[in-house]
Amino acid sequence: MEPGLGFDYMVVASFLVVGVAFVFATLGVSRLLAPSRPTPEKLSVYECGSEPVGPPWVQFRVGYYVYALLFVLFDIETVFLYPWAVIVGRSGLFMLAEMVVFIGILAAGLGYAWREGALRWR
Amino acid sequence: MSPLLQALLRTLAAVALLLVNGVVLILMLRKVLARLHLRLGPTRVGPWGVLQTVADVFKLLTKEDFRPSGADKWLFRLAPVLVFVPSFMAYLPLALSDTWRFSDLDTGVLFVLAAGSLVPIGILMAGWGSNAKWSLLGGLRAAGQQIAYEIPLMLSVLGPVMFAGSLNVAAIVNAQRGVWLGVIPRWFVLPQLVGFVIFAIAGQAETSQTPFDMSEAESELITGFANEYSGMRFGFMFLAEFSNMFVVSALGVTLFFGGWLVPWADRNPLALALGPAVFMLKTYLGIAVMMWVRGTLPRVRVDQLLAFSWKTLIPVSLAWTVLSALVMRAVNL
Repeated sequence: MEPGLGFDYMVVASFLVVGVAFVFATLGVSRLLAPSRPTPEKLSVYECGSEPVGPPWVQFRVGYYVYALLFVLFDIETVFLYPWAVIVGRSGLFMLAEMVVFIGILAAGLGYAWREGALRWR
Repeated sequence: MSPLLQALLRTLAAVALLLVNGVVLILMLRKVLARLHLRLGPTRVGPWGVLQTVADVFKLLTKEDFRPSGADKWLFRLAPVLVFVPSFMAYLPLALSDTWRFSDLDTGVLFVLAAGSLVPIGILMAGWGSNAKWSLLGGLRAAGQQIAYEIPLMLSVLGPVMFAGSLNVAAIVNAQRGVWLGVIPRWFVLPQLVGFVIFAIAGQAETSQTPFDMSEAESELITGFANEYSGMRFGFMFLAEFSNMFVVSALGVTLFFGGWLVPWADRNPLALALGPAVFMLKTYLGIAVMMWVRGTLPRVRVDQLLAFSWKTLIPVSLAWTVLSALVMRAVNL
């Protein structure tokens, strides 16, 4: 019934197109139904009812940036782990040992970042 | 039927499933939380309040959609699309039964997680583009939280993938047929108990449910990243959140609780025919537990939240992945 591998990716494309179209169609319907009467008060940002104080793009913690860097590292690691996990049950012991070493190096990296204080919230 | 038409019909079926889930889950959340708070929840619209969310959808559709004067026009406008579309794409590999599925992707599990990992970009866009303090703080918290918990989530999924030897959702479910020691269903939750606990915690965080709802912490940040949104754009942000809850629970059921299989009857034709209903029942039970947790635990602080993931969950899940692989090879499960 299902015509092969290409079909699945056709469904992927169809999901993407229909998903985006669905959002814009609904927003379009909403635009037709909803009123639009902007006033300066309505268009100011919400700060618990008082006049906004100072510039809205406030300083935030640099810690987020360090976490983001670490995340990229581990995300790429996980990408390598997925194909390995699929075949580890039927592959040789060498492959198992290799990945244990790989994970070990990454764990050591996490330990190093931890010791250097990258995980400290300040 | 032409393949293109078939693909479109499946997509429309997924849209319908997503909308029904959204409407049902919002009502369910309000009713479950009300019960936990010794309240009644919605009771006025329709019998037992069942039409409340339908009314809410129409209300949102007819509400003014305005943008703060200082907001970044395109970031602000496109953020709901970037939050919603990935959470819809995540439905694609889900299988309600052997025959009831949207696609048969061999990379199904990876696809769900890849789609889910796009959501923080939309949230960050919403937080930054709104040009407001609460939104910015909410957006940053959400991004920090989602990337921190994405790693344990992705690692906890590896256990069932190793056992099944496939990323295909249907193959993983079918690997859970049969029993161990004559009575215990071969669901992966048993050998992968630690993996499941990590999955449950990370899943709760990925869907921004209390105790991990820092991104919208209403007592601190009003509604966090969605603060400046109104009308249907706001509606899409929340539809995405509820559809993510469904996806996480459905993924958990697929990986750890035998998907559409009925224990001890996983070759019975009647039980298999009822597969989609069984799958939905298990998924909704999972969501009910998520809501129960949400109504029970207090919110953690943002530094505790990040430290818990980086210093506890990630080392434990790395160790667990290695241990699972070694034990699996040793006993040849």
